Amino acid sequence: MKYKSLVVFLIVSSFFLTCILSIWKIMSTLQGLSFTNLNVTQVFSICILISLAFVLIGNKLNHLIKIFSLSFIFSILYFYLNETSPYWYTFGAFLITLFFMNKLKKYSMESLKEDFISEKIIFDFITLFGVVFFAFVILFPFYIMLVTSFKTQIALLVNPLDFSLDFSKSLTELFKSYFVIFDTYNFGRYILISSAVSVGTVIVTLLFAIPAAYAVARLNFFGKNFLSTSILIIYMFPAIVLVIPLYTVFSQLGLRNSIFGLLIVYTATTLPVAIYMLQGYFKSIPKEIEDAGIMDGQNWFGIILKIIIPLSLPAIASVALYVFMIAWNEFLFSLMFLDSPKSFTLSRAIQYLSGDAETPRQYLMAGSVIVTLPVLFIFIYFEKYLVSGLTSGSVKG
Amino acid sequence: MSDTLSKLEKRTAYTLVLPAVLLVFAIVLFPIFANVWISFKDIELKDIRIPEPRAKKIVKSIPENQSELKIIYKLRNSSLIQEIRNVQFQDKFPKDISPINLDSRCNLQSRKVICNFGNWEAKYRENFEIIIRNNNSEIIDKKTIKSQKPILSGKSDNPLLSTNFTLENFKKVFYENNFIELLLTTFYFTFFGTVGAIIFGILAAQLVNQNIQGRTYMRGILLFPYVGPVVALAYTWTLLLDPNSGTLNALLVNFNIIEKPINLLGQKYITMSILGFEFKLRLALTTVIFFEIWRYFPLAFLFILARLQAIPQSLYEAADVDGASPIQKFIHITLPQITAIISILFMIRFIWNFNKFEDIFLLTGGASGTRTLPINVYQQGFAVSDIGMGSAVSIVIVMLLISFMVIYFRLIGKRANEI
Repeated sequence: MKYKSLVVFLIVSSFFLTCILSIWKIMSTLQGLSFTNLNVTQVFSICILISLAFVLIGNKLNHLIKIFSLSFIFSILYFYLNETSPYWYTFGAFLITLFFMNKLKKYSMESLKEDFISEKIIFDFITLFGVVFFAFVILFPFYIMLVTSFKTQIALLVNPLDFSLDFSKSLTELFKSYFVIFDTYNFGRYILISSAVSVGTVIVTLLFAIPAAYAVARLNFFGKNFLSTSILIIYMFPAIVLVIPLYTVFSQLGLRNSIFGLLIVYTATTLPVAIYMLQGYFKSIPKEIEDAGIMDGQNWFGIILKIIIPLSLPAIASVALYVFMIAWNEFLFSLMFLDSPKSFTLSRAIQYLSGDAETPRQYLMAGSVIVTLPVLFIFIYFEKYLVSGLTSGSVKG
Repeated sequence: MSDTLSKLEKRTAYTLVLPAVLLVFAIVLFPIFANVWISFKDIELKDIRIPEPRAKKIVKSIPENQSELKIIYKLRNSSLIQEIRNVQFQDKFPKDISPINLDSRCNLQSRKVICNFGNWEAKYRENFEIIIRNNNSEIIDKKTIKSQKPILSGKSDNPLLSTNFTLENFKKVFYENNFIELLLTTFYFTFFGTVGAIIFGILAAQLVNQNIQGRTYMRGILLFPYVGPVVALAYTWTLLLDPNSGTLNALLVNFNIIEKPINLLGQKYITMSILGFEFKLRLALTTVIFFEIWRYFPLAFLFILARLQAIPQSLYEAADVDGASPIQKFIHITLPQITAIISILFMIRFIWNFNKFEDIFLLTGGASGTRTLPINVYQQGFAVSDIGMGSAVSIVIVMLLISFMVIYFRLIGKRANEI
């Protein structure tokens, strides 16, 4: 039993260490190092040896001394394997091994005798590797987006793998793409339009949604149940089936290429979810507080303005942020309704930019960074509100 | 007393709800019904522009006579296909100035020239001339004459409102353009996109639910693809996967994993052989599905994580006492607790993926075997500019959606209330 667990442990730990080291190598290649071989078999065999040494030493040595010395030995071997590599690369590999071995703390020859140890080993390593894997897979495209926007067309063509940034260049050189898209492609205007449309959508949506949500949450009227179920069903209907009729009607009314037309459509498409999220929160406000307001002779307008809104500011904030993000990211309607560069939103402008095959890709990526940064900042800063908003029923996407 | 109160309550409720309901009706429900109307019509993109009578005013001086001016109106029908009936023309002149050679179709009424041009057929053009004279024999200022714009009006049919219907669009939808393949592609895309997103969602949720360091950061990072703007993400991916200078292909070639770059978004099939069996993989479609999974697994992750965190820890402790293995714990404790949320997620994501347009449009534009139903709406309506066809495809989508929803409410609608 013990030897079976040992073999599982060796294979699994070496496999994951090899994977993490390969990711490190790939990332370093993107910094301009010229590796052409992942050396998977060699790395894997060294990993097996090191892991074997790790469990064999067990608790005979102090943990810290053990992991430092083993990582050091490993780094030396690894250095000979990649002879052309600079020292920082090997040092990175050293840190990775150190971190990895620190995670193996609980494994020794004794612990390999436990029940279900092979399964536990696999689960442990999947967890460990999963963090690295998901972080890598998710952040990699964002990283490429950001770095490409700082490169030049020639540099990218000469070596498509070199994503290192040359900080010796002046700032104006480094941010050249950003200057260009603001100067020649009018991105300042598009940022203004996008902000105006998004903020406008938030305001109008809240103006419509707060009273409606209050009525659905608190008042009795004929058709209330029908309304609250149809809100969600309507929300399921996709934008693509609305596009053709709206396009024809908007063309005939002259609402195409107008920010106002876009505002109406965005408001209508975000209203159902705004109402749904808000009424859920309004229901949780104790009714007694409102009764006190009614006693004071407030009408419904006063109740909403003086009691409901102040009490539900967090919910309103989360709806507002959510609606802002939908409106800011929206693409389909802006593609359909906006033809003239005078009224483009950011998303539409980037799509227009990409339509011209001559547009250097760093401009495209600079535009992408500009459209992505605000939402990511909002999201990171208000994550708590937004996550609760996302889970409370909004599932659009 | 209570009766009037409830009446008041009702009236208040309707005033509060009505603006929102009307707006949603106008923008969301009306188009769905309008689709039905348009889908039975033979109508193209160019038909929806309402024809207008137009006039361009050109003012020319007459050399021999300074107190006279010649005005040429270039009249035309803006439409190439429709006639305009009963065109009325009106132009105003300053005091003391009057036309001298008025056309028989026109008359002068208190400084205004009013003409009745009758019917203009499609592509109608005419150069209409008037010579005006200053009655005081002074020089006429050309600019004041030019600044006054003529007003034209006329009646024309709006092809959208006519009542000739046809079944041609639906025939074309079902019998042309490879409807079966279109449907299959849509279902492949929807099904694998949904299942993949849920599987990765479970993995990620299981991961973040462990006590790992920095798990709040991890949760934030995992949601990045979901909150980022689709345009930026799709173009970044196109750049990554580009066969000529994309990073992914360059890396794979650099490490000798592949010999030649693969056009991941532009190649319909790739032949793979696993264990001696050769089969064809829909390459571009698979890539698009991976993008879809990448973008939407965060949502599944978020919902499943919320559910996982609600599972009482005592269940796992009891399982430990009974000596259960990690796999047994996952199968017998975790999975039953998350099946409800997974089934809801599956349905919701299925419907949304079914409707997905932007992602595919931006990545491949529907080329190389990635044409799904929503892409087809766009292609028929705007690339082929056959609005009627586009609407007919929309109707097919709506019908399929309604049937999904019916199935959904039959199967798991009841369970949805339990959560």
